[in-house]
Amino acid sequence: MTTQRSWWKTALGIFFTLLMLFPVYWMVNVSFTETRDLRSSPPHWFPWNPTFDGYEAVFAQQLPALGTSLLIGLGCVVLTVVIAAPAGYALALLHLRGGRTLNFLLLVAQMIPAVVMAMGFYAVYNSLGLLNSVGGLIIADSTIAVPFGVLLFTAFMAGIPRELLQAARVDGAGPWRTFVSIVLPVSRNSILTVSLFAFLWAWSDFIFASTLNRNGNLIPITLSIYNYIGNNTTQWNAIMATAVVASVPATVLLVVAQRYVAAGVTAGAVKD
Amino acid sequence: MSSTPTVVGSRHEPRGTAGTRPAVPPGRRRRRTLNPSQWAAVGFAAPLLVYLAVFYAYPLWRNIDLSLHDYTIRAFVQGDAEFVGFENYLEIFGSSTFPTALLNTGLFTIGSIVFQFSIGLALAVFFRSSFRLSSFLRALFLVPWLLPLIVSASTWAWMLNSDNGIVNSVIQAFGGEQINWLTSPDTALLSVTIANIWLGIPFNLVILYSGLQNIPGEVYEASSLDGAGPWRQFWSITFPLLRPVSAITILLGLIYTLKVVDVIWVMTTGGPGDASTTLAIWSYREAFGTGMPSFSPAAAVGNLLIVIALVFGFLHLQLQRRQEAS
Repeated sequence: MTTQRSWWKTALGIFFTLLMLFPVYWMVNVSFTETRDLRSSPPHWFPWNPTFDGYEAVFAQQLPALGTSLLIGLGCVVLTVVIAAPAGYALALLHLRGGRTLNFLLLVAQMIPAVVMAMGFYAVYNSLGLLNSVGGLIIADSTIAVPFGVLLFTAFMAGIPRELLQAARVDGAGPWRTFVSIVLPVSRNSILTVSLFAFLWAWSDFIFASTLNRNGNLIPITLSIYNYIGNNTTQWNAIMATAVVASVPATVLLVVAQRYVAAGVTAGAVKD
Repeated sequence: MSSTPTVVGSRHEPRGTAGTRPAVPPGRRRRRTLNPSQWAAVGFAAPLLVYLAVFYAYPLWRNIDLSLHDYTIRAFVQGDAEFVGFENYLEIFGSSTFPTALLNTGLFTIGSIVFQFSIGLALAVFFRSSFRLSSFLRALFLVPWLLPLIVSASTWAWMLNSDNGIVNSVIQAFGGEQINWLTSPDTALLSVTIANIWLGIPFNLVILYSGLQNIPGEVYEASSLDGAGPWRQFWSITFPLLRPVSAITILLGLIYTLKVVDVIWVMTTGGPGDASTTLAIWSYREAFGTGMPSFSPAAAVGNLLIVIALVFGFLHLQLQRRQEAS
């Protein structure tokens, strides 16, 4: 009876998953559809005669944009971890005075709409001449991830057993030594989680890209897709092919790093 | 896999719980002078403090500055905008877009949250009992969350296309009529809300699922022995014990939804007319969406959004305080 019920649940689970992922399937399907079949009614449910025209267009035109996005994503990861990990240490383990206030400020910072930040950054970058630069975009994108990173590091590091830290102190390690040789290695999963999200958020960002980097020479893939839609409303197969390619990092990270996401989300590194 | 805190951090207040730890002598914590370890703490937090001042406080200040002046694109370059006080705010409150945008923001946010949360919770409960492939399928559910918003939004736009969209094709196959999802004022807001619900389900699923993992299995075993069925178990165990995590999930969802721009902008650009214009979209359109940027009203709308978000922020804090007290 147990096997029967479990079988039934698996079937239901597969059904839900297929329903949920239908738009993703549709994106892939359209990306392989011939241009003349795009407007056929009813639409082709399956690409029986797959065309690679869309993908050829992607590789002919979108490689620089993909490279730019990769650069911005990696820059954002480094900046976020470098700022957030020490701050999490100060908040969780060094009992920073005013820590509660800082925690609250970070919560508030997460609530500030990106469109407002974009306007503020636009005004600031306009004076500093940072508009349309990759560096400026990295900084702007990191504002999404830094408060999240600090809060996540704080929550995780507060759970590091005190015995571990006391042992380090007994051995004569100062705060810096403790941070580098104990706290950081123990927090590996959190670092991976924060990096993962920092990368994905920077990779997916559209608001900052479309405001701070509108006329740049190096535009990220999201903006490139958007411009593409504006220019070619007929070639949805090429648009969807670009979308598929832009989704690759997310998919790869999900497959490779899902373990770390799960581990980071439940923040359970040390067993009792 | 031990019962440790979630990212949401609701159960883990580092300073609150530390006092109960026997390992730390009570006197140490009360010390109020700036001892060497305080200097170290400040040192480690310094990059963040500088970062927050330069890349949060300063842009926000510039934003307030924008909203109190009359910035045209020329004044922007020359830096000689006229100070107008609260005129921009009066202008937006008097604008015909304002009531529409406020109502749309409310409908979009509440509609998204109600469905994201209930579907997410149902799925979390469904996935709690492990079955063949359950963890694999659960991982697949994350895909919509991880895709760039612009990708999902353009996919939905094509699916909801009036003439060639798959959704209308299915509706027509069942004898329905073609619906102009994105181009009719009656359905534009509904369409973007549907897309946004789809986008939010994975987030709710992940957080609620990890919340469920923190409920000890013994509680369920005990209630099973007492003869409680699944329905009863949900309402008398899962739902009450999940309340703290649920509250945080909903509040975070509210905050994320209030600021959504990408999805709506790509699908409808807030149109037709103002039919799917939310406050965030209005602000974006004024500043960057047209050939003639008017930064000052846009900044005023943005600051209004911040105020709304802050209200929820204080609600969030209040909620955490109450949880600590209990």
